[in-house]
Amino acid sequence: MANTLHVDVVSAEQSVYSGEAEFVVLPGEAGELGIYPQHTPLITRIKPGSVRIKPVGGDEELIFVAGGILEVQPKVVTVLADTAIRGRDLDEAKATEAMKRAEEARAKAQDQQEIASVEAELATLAAQLATIRKLRQGR
Amino acid sequence: MPGSKEIRTKIKSVQNTRKITKAMEMVAASKMRKAQERMRAARPYGEKIRNVAAHISHANPEYRHPFLVERDTVKKVGIIIITTDKGLCGGLNTNIQRLALNKIKEWQTEGESFEVCCIGNKGLGFMQRMGANIVSHVTQMGDRPQMEKLIGSIKVMLDGYTHDRFDRLMIFYTKFINTMKQEPVLEQLLPLSGEKLGAPEGAWDYIYEPEAKAVLDQVLMRYVEAVIFQALSENMASEQSARMVAMKSASDNAGNVIDELTLIYNKTRQAAITKELSEIVGGAAAV
Repeated sequence: MANTLHVDVVSAEQSVYSGEAEFVVLPGEAGELGIYPQHTPLITRIKPGSVRIKPVGGDEELIFVAGGILEVQPKVVTVLADTAIRGRDLDEAKATEAMKRAEEARAKAQDQQEIASVEAELATLAAQLATIRKLRQGR
Repeated sequence: MPGSKEIRTKIKSVQNTRKITKAMEMVAASKMRKAQERMRAARPYGEKIRNVAAHISHANPEYRHPFLVERDTVKKVGIIIITTDKGLCGGLNTNIQRLALNKIKEWQTEGESFEVCCIGNKGLGFMQRMGANIVSHVTQMGDRPQMEKLIGSIKVMLDGYTHDRFDRLMIFYTKFINTMKQEPVLEQLLPLSGEKLGAPEGAWDYIYEPEAKAVLDQVLMRYVEAVIFQALSENMASEQSARMVAMKSASDNAGNVIDELTLIYNKTRQAAITKELSEIVGGAAAV
């Protein structure tokens, strides 16, 4: 098949996804990006959120990423994620609990730096929960 | 011929040494497995970001990032040398130090001076003995490579490059090939040389979101960090493998020494018995 994309999602710890796809949706810094094959080269940062991949002849796959870098070449999409977790490996209970903890930490946080780091964590967790919810709806 | 008591103590001491080397071998073997897993897991990210960096160096952005620009005159070289914290790992550190020494001499004859960042205790000691200009160092990294510990030193080196304290940044580390083989390598970190990997032909450029400078800054920063991180995890896997092999041969050698000593011990014992016997027989004959 000529009209496909090769998608790689890698995090610092491991390679999370690698395969041919028809279509990818990514959380770009300036807004959601939908990438079809033969896209013009593009490079951007990504926000915490979910990457949706439509593999060739398969069901959609959701992957959670906590920020990173996206590179698009006409036939290749590379996501260099800070953290990436496959949607089905996400644990809602854990994420909710972590979110609660983070909110408590924010209430207690004193200086600017602490607040900033807690808020970043909160954003990540919120995106994680959103991914889980999306995954639910898909089912 | 030494007395039998001395031989016995000698055998005891070699046996104790063997116990230690055996234990170290086993510890290294289990650490090695983990270190190798970590290294393999980190490889895809390193490869991909190298790819991206190579593409960027072939693109024609309106903004030329300092990391991409080849400088005409190279007067000063920044060196990052990755070694282990601990010894007893065969020729690992010696090999990398020899390579570094040769290269540094080469650069010095060309009139280049250098600044060093040492990652690992052994390299730090080596560079201090050489009287090198050490601008930053990281030691006591433990068994798993941690980005947080490296960031400070990396920043010093990157700042050095952007502020023209040096014109090239090189990295020495030991590449893991397999358990029996590790190779000291030298790579150029900055400026980026993009010939390594294939990239689309012709004049083209990326779309940058939000803008070229912000994205390139982050990507190239990440690239340098990822390369150094990967080098460190390769080095750690190499360290454990080299240590395991070194300790295994030490245990084997200790076994050989014990065998030899036991033979000598038995011979002297036998000689003493024979001597005593002949003395008794001689004495009896005299009576």
